Amino acid sequence: MSLAVLTPKIGLRISLSRDDLMMRGALVALVVMLLLIVGLPLWALLAKGFEDSDGKFVGLANYVSYFSTPALVNSALNSLHVSAVCTLIVVPISFLYAYALTRTVLPMRWLFQGVALIPIFAPSLLPGLALIYLFGNQGFFKALLDGGSIYGFDGMVIAQVFYCFPHATMILVTALATADARLYEAADALGASKLRVFFTVTLPGAKYGLISAALVVFTMVMTDFGIAKVIAGNFNVLATDVYKQVIGQQNFSMGAVVGMVLLAPAALAFVVDRLVQRKQVALLTARAVPLIPRPKPGRDAFFTIFCTIVCLWILTILGMAAWGSLIKYWPYNLSLTFANYEFGNFDSNGWGSYFNSLWMAAGAAIVGTAIMFVGAWLNEKTKGFGLVRGLVQLLAFLPMAVPGLVLGLGYIFFFNAPNNPLNFLYATMAILVINTVAHFYTVGHLTATTALKQIDPEFESVSASLKVPIWKTFGRVTVPICLPAILDIAIYLFVNAMTTVSSVIFLYAPDTKLASVAAVNIEEAGATAAAAALCLVIVVTSAAVKALHLLVDRFLLGRLQAWRRR
Amino acid sequence: MSPDGENKMGKTSILRRVVLAGATVLAATSFGTGAWAQKTKLTVYTALENEQLEPFKKAFEADNPTIEIAWVRDSTGVVTAKLIAEKDNPRADVIWGLAASSVGLFAGMGMIEPYTPAGAAALKPMFKSGKNPEIWVGMDAFLAVVCFNNAEAAKGKKAKPASWADLTKPEYKDSIVMPNPASSGTGYLTIAGWLTIMGEDAGWKFMDALHQNVAQYLHSGSAPCVQAAKGERLIGIGFDMRGATEKTKGAPIDLIVPKEGLGWEMEATAIVKGTKNLEAAKKLADWASSLKANELYGKYYAIVANPAVKSMPANYPPDGEKMMAKMDVEWMAKNRARILAEWTKRYDGKSAPKAK
Repeated sequence: MSLAVLTPKIGLRISLSRDDLMMRGALVALVVMLLLIVGLPLWALLAKGFEDSDGKFVGLANYVSYFSTPALVNSALNSLHVSAVCTLIVVPISFLYAYALTRTVLPMRWLFQGVALIPIFAPSLLPGLALIYLFGNQGFFKALLDGGSIYGFDGMVIAQVFYCFPHATMILVTALATADARLYEAADALGASKLRVFFTVTLPGAKYGLISAALVVFTMVMTDFGIAKVIAGNFNVLATDVYKQVIGQQNFSMGAVVGMVLLAPAALAFVVDRLVQRKQVALLTARAVPLIPRPKPGRDAFFTIFCTIVCLWILTILGMAAWGSLIKYWPYNLSLTFANYEFGNFDSNGWGSYFNSLWMAAGAAIVGTAIMFVGAWLNEKTKGFGLVRGLVQLLAFLPMAVPGLVLGLGYIFFFNAPNNPLNFLYATMAILVINTVAHFYTVGHLTATTALKQIDPEFESVSASLKVPIWKTFGRVTVPICLPAILDIAIYLFVNAMTTVSSVIFLYAPDTKLASVAAVNIEEAGATAAAAALCLVIVVTSAAVKALHLLVDRFLLGRLQAWRRR
Repeated sequence: MSPDGENKMGKTSILRRVVLAGATVLAATSFGTGAWAQKTKLTVYTALENEQLEPFKKAFEADNPTIEIAWVRDSTGVVTAKLIAEKDNPRADVIWGLAASSVGLFAGMGMIEPYTPAGAAALKPMFKSGKNPEIWVGMDAFLAVVCFNNAEAAKGKKAKPASWADLTKPEYKDSIVMPNPASSGTGYLTIAGWLTIMGEDAGWKFMDALHQNVAQYLHSGSAPCVQAAKGERLIGIGFDMRGATEKTKGAPIDLIVPKEGLGWEMEATAIVKGTKNLEAAKKLADWASSLKANELYGKYYAIVANPAVKSMPANYPPDGEKMMAKMDVEWMAKNRARILAEWTKRYDGKSAPKAK
């Protein structure tokens, strides 16, 4: 074959892939970063599962001894059971709620939107404390339990549903927010029934979101320890097993074994995601016409009532904690006081830990959002390069399935290693920021991916054919379209950084103690009311930040999102 | 500018912005850490109660104005796990106020710098590691007592127990909480205390009977007495100091020392091997064994290391010290895995169905 024939081909390939090459480079950088903040720290701990307590390699001996204890099977079944039940409860409620927010006309929609997020603003300690005030042995509504106890499976399900609801709702709102009105018009014109439209247009459009939400809820319940510790009673789950091994017995090898078992759902989630992704089609094509819900009295009334019930339930739990925070000595002295808000009396850092939390949360929101969104975009828009993209997806899914204390200890082993050039980060605020971004990577990544999937790849193709560099399309088309999702991710990171405990509890230094950790310590010392008070301060802060977000959404984004309206 | 150049610039500027944002946060946040040059800053890891940190720090710094204490405080389990995880690159200078069994564990891993503090000779022998130089020096002892809620007892007309054996009576069915020994050091010392006092066979038999009355095994040593104090449960078996402070705050509870005797643990001070501030660390270790320090411990605990300090903080059981079981710390450490495995097999695995 002559050279003349080959040359144009090579030339063509290079001109086609200039953007691609850069994106591939950036994607490799992303993988390296994810390895540093997720993969390697995790391995630093999980590798201990193959060592004895002196650090000698023992192969699978720890696994054999763990799998031969009947307690494991019991805990694993309990974990699966409670996770499945919570998923089956949360996902339908969240779907209806998200549907109400995006596809119906609600009076005071902003209020319903805000209240739904309250659980995410609260440290997981809060629902536990509130449930004990409500249904504990001294609780107001104990009679309702008819002799039953809130400590155990039921209490855990109630608290977990409260805790997971906003996470699932957030994903589903993103999934339902963008729809092509033309599909509905077409269905209408063809005389399809409402039910048929729902099952052939609405549901398939939200499929990716639904599956993501289910995976997120399932793994969250699986790995959460905070709620299990307060309310699960003698109902053993894998997350409490990790705690027993790591905190109770300092047996890192066994802790690593249980941590590895917990990774199984993540692996499953990863496979499911891959399968679904292959079939996902962009909903919002370049010619799409955004769907604007029109008033429909019957439907709107139904959803208003539904949302009101959900909101009342959330507000009852919050209100109980608020009232509890003012009580002098539960349940023997119910007079009210503000003394529980003088945190200096309960924790030597006083309000200092609160300001540390603010800094940490702001840092995590800014750095994390940038990384997660750009990362998800690179992963979606890079052509080919399947192996690296798969690796990104895998690393992005891992944090969800890892109990915080496994990640936190992994950070000590990895970042504190004497030969790690990054060990200057250890015991600084920066490591708390990095750890938080890593810990909450999955939902941010999924939200960004869900938003990006709804944009027609045609935008990029058109840009490419017009010789507009891809980053320009990113800046002028992708980011403005996705701005609501980007802000959602930032808020999500902020509020989670305000409440996270299980991982950062190992990483704070004398001057970087966080409010969420302080609340746990205060509760352990018996000052339940002060712990509730600190939880409430955290809730109010996050709510204020969220209110700011809604204002920005309304006034600033109004212009950028004008295209969504007809 | 050519489209290509623009392309590259744009790409890098996005990346650069991300990196810059990260670097700014790093720079902004790391200012907080290393600015104090004048004083020697000692990083002290502790599980002392929150309310003790400020008075302890002030008292030490008043006598040692060139040294500043920076606390890292959390529950015993978390601090112990953190210290072990940091073993290869220790961050702590001194351990002040952590369970002696944890410090013993560290010593076995070569993590402790042996040092006999100046005041050690004056202390009760029980409160020293017995090595020369000392591995650790004790400060105070805490006991696993019974916290009994009188208000709830009156409602249910329940008698007040006086012994461990009393707790196995059917009238206390589902009204006792105690720490899970697999999650909590206090839990382990409680059951090790029973096995020591009653012997292994009788000890396990007692626990079989007690299990019928236990509503829940909790994950912390403080929680049982807190739950008893708040009327959530009638009886909590747990850490005495927590019970005493709850009573001071107004809880209608009594702290009972069962007549058979009870398990206990002490808090200790030790220097971390590899500290860059060895001189300052020694000063803290000296101070922590001084009479002055022991008087300070005596404000919070009934039993302290220095026999000259006769203290009885409010609401402590007066007869605690003489009821302390003869605990063999080495035996406890050696048999821990075996005892926990047995305990888990007997009570943890089958406890789940009860929850529903």
